[in-house]
Amino acid sequence: MNKWFKSGAPWIWMTAGAVSMSLVAVIGLLLLIASRGLVYFWPSPVYELTVEQFGERGTIIGERYDRELVPTERLTAQGIDIPEEQGDFVERFLFKTGNREFVPLDFRWILETDIVESVQPKNIVVVERLTNGNFYGYVEALVRDGETIPLAADPEHDKLYELLARSRGLYDQSERLLKRDIGGVNYQLERLRLRERKWEMNDNLTDVRVAELEERREQLHADYLVLEEELFDLRRQAGRDQLIIRDMRGESVTIGFDKVVDVFFPNEMHLGQKIAHWFHQLSKFIVDDPREANTEGGVFPAIFGTVFMVMLMAVIVTPLGVVAAIYLHEYAGNNAATRMIRIAVINLAGVPSIVYGVFGLGFFVYMLGGSIDALFYPESLPSPTFGSPGVLWSALTLAILTLPVVIVSTEEGLSRIPSAVRQGSLALGATKFETLWRIVIPMASPAIMTGLILAVARAAGEVAPLMLVGVVKLAPTLPLDGNFPYFHLERKFMHLGFHIYDVGFQSPNVEAARPLVYATAFLLVTVIIGLNLAAISIRNRLREKFKTLDQ
Amino acid sequence: MTQSVSFKSSGQRLLMDKLARYGVSAGGVLVLIALLLIFFYLLWVVAPVFYGASVKHKQSIPLVDNHATVMIGVEEQNEIAYRFNMGGELRFFDLTEEQRFFPAHQLPIRVTAADRTVPSRGMAAYADSFGRVYVMAPKFKVTYPNDQRLITPTVEYPFGEEGVMVDPEGKGIRQLAFEAGEGEMAVAVITTDGRALLTRLEGEVNMFTDEVEWSSDNAVIPGLPAFVDQMLITPDLRRLFVRSGNRLSTYDISSIGRIRLMSVDSINYQDANVTDVALLTGASSLIVANDNGKITQWFEVAKDGKRQFTQIREFDAESSVNEIAVEYFRKGFAVATDDGYMELFHTTGGSRLLKEKVDEGNTYTLAFSPRANGLIAQTGNSLEFYKVSNEHPEVTWSALWQKVWYEGYPEPQFVWQSTSASDEFEPKLSLVPISFGTVKAAFYAMLFAVPIALAGAVYTAYFMSAPLRKIVKPTVEIMEALPTVILGFLAGLWLAPLIEDNLPGVIATMILLPTGFIAAAYGWSKMPKAIRQSVPEGWDVMLLIPVVLFLGWFSFAISPTLELWMFGGDARLFITNELGISFDQRNSLVVGLAMGFAVIPTIYSIAEDAVFSVPKHLSNGSLALGATPWQTLTKVVLLTASPGIFSAVMMGLGRAVGETMIVLMATGNTPVMDWSIFQGMRTLSANIAVEMPESEVGSSHYRVLFLAAFVLFVFTFVFNTVAEFVRQRLREKYSSL
Repeated sequence: MNKWFKSGAPWIWMTAGAVSMSLVAVIGLLLLIASRGLVYFWPSPVYELTVEQFGERGTIIGERYDRELVPTERLTAQGIDIPEEQGDFVERFLFKTGNREFVPLDFRWILETDIVESVQPKNIVVVERLTNGNFYGYVEALVRDGETIPLAADPEHDKLYELLARSRGLYDQSERLLKRDIGGVNYQLERLRLRERKWEMNDNLTDVRVAELEERREQLHADYLVLEEELFDLRRQAGRDQLIIRDMRGESVTIGFDKVVDVFFPNEMHLGQKIAHWFHQLSKFIVDDPREANTEGGVFPAIFGTVFMVMLMAVIVTPLGVVAAIYLHEYAGNNAATRMIRIAVINLAGVPSIVYGVFGLGFFVYMLGGSIDALFYPESLPSPTFGSPGVLWSALTLAILTLPVVIVSTEEGLSRIPSAVRQGSLALGATKFETLWRIVIPMASPAIMTGLILAVARAAGEVAPLMLVGVVKLAPTLPLDGNFPYFHLERKFMHLGFHIYDVGFQSPNVEAARPLVYATAFLLVTVIIGLNLAAISIRNRLREKFKTLDQ
Repeated sequence: MTQSVSFKSSGQRLLMDKLARYGVSAGGVLVLIALLLIFFYLLWVVAPVFYGASVKHKQSIPLVDNHATVMIGVEEQNEIAYRFNMGGELRFFDLTEEQRFFPAHQLPIRVTAADRTVPSRGMAAYADSFGRVYVMAPKFKVTYPNDQRLITPTVEYPFGEEGVMVDPEGKGIRQLAFEAGEGEMAVAVITTDGRALLTRLEGEVNMFTDEVEWSSDNAVIPGLPAFVDQMLITPDLRRLFVRSGNRLSTYDISSIGRIRLMSVDSINYQDANVTDVALLTGASSLIVANDNGKITQWFEVAKDGKRQFTQIREFDAESSVNEIAVEYFRKGFAVATDDGYMELFHTTGGSRLLKEKVDEGNTYTLAFSPRANGLIAQTGNSLEFYKVSNEHPEVTWSALWQKVWYEGYPEPQFVWQSTSASDEFEPKLSLVPISFGTVKAAFYAMLFAVPIALAGAVYTAYFMSAPLRKIVKPTVEIMEALPTVILGFLAGLWLAPLIEDNLPGVIATMILLPTGFIAAAYGWSKMPKAIRQSVPEGWDVMLLIPVVLFLGWFSFAISPTLELWMFGGDARLFITNELGISFDQRNSLVVGLAMGFAVIPTIYSIAEDAVFSVPKHLSNGSLALGATPWQTLTKVVLLTASPGIFSAVMMGLGRAVGETMIVLMATGNTPVMDWSIFQGMRTLSANIAVEMPESEVGSSHYRVLFLAAFVLFVFTFVFNTVAEFVRQRLREKYSSL
């Protein structure tokens, strides 16, 4: 044994253990996020429990959310009687009971010892609602335009789904009307106001112009009234039908179909249906808008905001990074100054991202944005246009943040190109620029691509600087819409990473929001790891290619 | 592939080439300058906090009357000055180019005594010989005719034009102290027959008529000294200070029925006499001027369960003080000395910001403008107006980095507390607690990350088989790309409760894993040779993965049992109750683990490169001479690679110091100074993220946050530069080997 220790073998094993730990941690973490995130969309069974607590019997309907072991001692200390034969620990379950507006708590811990009976009745329904979260219960009847259809008349729920589809269709129409058409009218009105203000400030608000503005305004107002009528009509129609459900208190509750997002019977589903439902929920998560202070619904605006900002950033960072790299590698002399600059550029990649955020807020938002406002948008002051955080400033800030990544990667690509290729081109009479443009840059393009992908991956995951320069928890409008000039770079936007922070830490009901945060995290991780893997594979291919060139 | 080739005239091509050369050079240089800009921009924003103050004479207005001054002041825009004199007259003076004339407002009484409120309340009170007190206040109406700002001064009588009877016996008033707030006032008077009376007037708006109904109460102030030099009432109308020579009596006047002498203190500086006392804004501090030029700050400090007047700090004006003027909202004050100097001080900053000789002669009365950007002074027979530039008096090097005795604190402390609801709040901008938090977070993260990352790097580079390395290295490196917001979220919402519930399990893991590795290794070495040789060299990692999984699971499985056995069922309760250590759910342990996890790939990747690029002939030579692989590693490889490993640790440290989201989400963000692993912290970066969006542009708070960012920038930049430099040197060394 002593000899074994002396040989150093145990220490080698210890180092091996460190690698194993790291591997387990990485893979475990990814699996944790994946499993928690993906389970969110799975229709979990709904239980009906008969519970006896403090001598009273009650019924609880809900999904099982979590379980844990509690020492019996701790419970008895709290004054809860536990039968002797339970041993040292008692299992405790967390049930999501929903029906938020009727019961004080929509999550409840229940001790295993309190459960008298636990069943999974087939006909329990889960109703996803626009407000107040899920509703659990038994469908008693449907009301179609005042006419009650008893449950027996609809064994396959065909009529239920039909009514749901109708009301959802109407709801979507009304939302589109509200956002696109009425939003458009409001946008036009605001622009008119600003134009008037501008003319007024320049002292050229003539009577003709006033009349013109008035006329436009009247017309928009008339348009608005028509649209409003239409909207109310759609909403009225959507609210025509109702659903009558018996909840766990045994009372019948009427829910209008216009408040319902989805209805499903998880305990009736077979595996195929469950998988279909899983995909359905996943797609809803991706394309829907968030509801209830972001704790329910989808994350579409966050996905859109992230992608839009990152694309904008890519457009800014690529030319800048490539030009800087070409300058450093091809034009600047290989002297001490260049070496220093190179080290400085590499180090900028290690500067904390929050520092870039502070710089972006001070320089871009307040200084540049403030000047732009004073020069070009004096009519809307004091409310800022570009002088407040927005998507353009976020993209610029992240462009500076990721600039070193692109520069380093491009330079690496440039230095991998064998000098024989360059010299060959020059020897054939091409100028330096022609060599660069025709030979070097095309050959370095995979490296540029790698740098860009890495930059995009880093930008997509950064949150800290964005908190200062443009991200918000709920943006009323997207930075891209149907109103001229279509791109609204001054607008604030939503971001997946910030969504995670905000919903996980700032929302009033963290327990309810947690699965959604895992799902969002999974989405973000998938995108970023995908991008990184792409970058790695491009880089490897590139290396292989030049290896053959060298020989 | 066909491509049409055109031979343009070579002149055009050369021009293109030249253009490209200049274009690219200009572009490249511009980008690099832009990167430099970050440094200089941060510096540019930070710099004003360290600028000194300056005072510039603007205007002089001759005075015509011979009355003494009760109060002078300036309105908010520094356009109109006003002066109350002892004759009961309020006069306004235009400070702009226009030189507008304003009529005087005269009280129709013979004034026997007068006093003023603190500057921010801006009222003066006059007493007559019939026991009445009259209150006047300047009011400024702002209108915008033709889009031009026009300020019109008027006078207001907030407590009625007829005055308030403060002596029921109607005797003359010899001495007066006055203070008023919104709808209430307090007056302390000494009558000609030597009685000391306190009157309190409160107004209540009648719900039906909207008229104010006044109710007043009188009481006798007990035990007043025979000679009273000064009487001061605090703006909250709860304390009355009476100075008689060097002794200060403090009365509790918060309830008119129970006026109580609280304490009598000597407040003079050693071997000197008090010349003047003033209330600092917020009114919990007194500024005491002595005839030897020493100025001291006093406030009540809770000591041994009693509140005691204590001298907090001293300033030196170097000459006897004529007048103390306090700022409206900040804790600054100005003094005029009898040798003709004007001096600016700030209590939190603890420093003299300016001492300047003014040419306009000795100043007798001095007052700040509301925004503290102007000073109005009365010399012999004129009013002098000075522009003051003193943006950030509270931020000084000592206030940022040394202990400061803040108002209401029992002793000097490091405190970060930047905002509060009150205007008169004393901002506490010590960078020490948050820098401490940064160091603490980085320390725990490195404690966890360095051993694992370096051990892992050494194994991967030196012992692992090449095909496995190709998979393992990118896998670990992909961790680096993981958004830290996800790590932070997992740390805060998953890991923190997990650790809280399974504390014994976590500790067990830390002990069991290393011992488990050795046990497993020993067991493996005792296995029959056939089995041992079935696993190729450098694949030991795969053998240990089940060990890690099993031990991890086992530790958590026995955690409740351990908890029951060692901590009586509840480890958290045990720590707080038995050990007396406070326990936060989101604590340094959580941050250390989560941030360590984020730092591991950085260190691992660079250290692995360093070890891997040690020339093979060195290690082969050592092995050939009979050293064991472990000896070769420690004596040859690690020594050669040590600069690279150093730079890896540096890079990791740089990342840990600047990390924002993890600390933001995995700690409670309280700026406490405590090394305890069970408590949280607030770091520089998290502090910026939390407070920056709410900070007012250009304020001291804003600039101090920029300073925090600048500190982070410089810190990480220096660390990374050192690391990078070492790494490049190392690379050159290897290439020569």
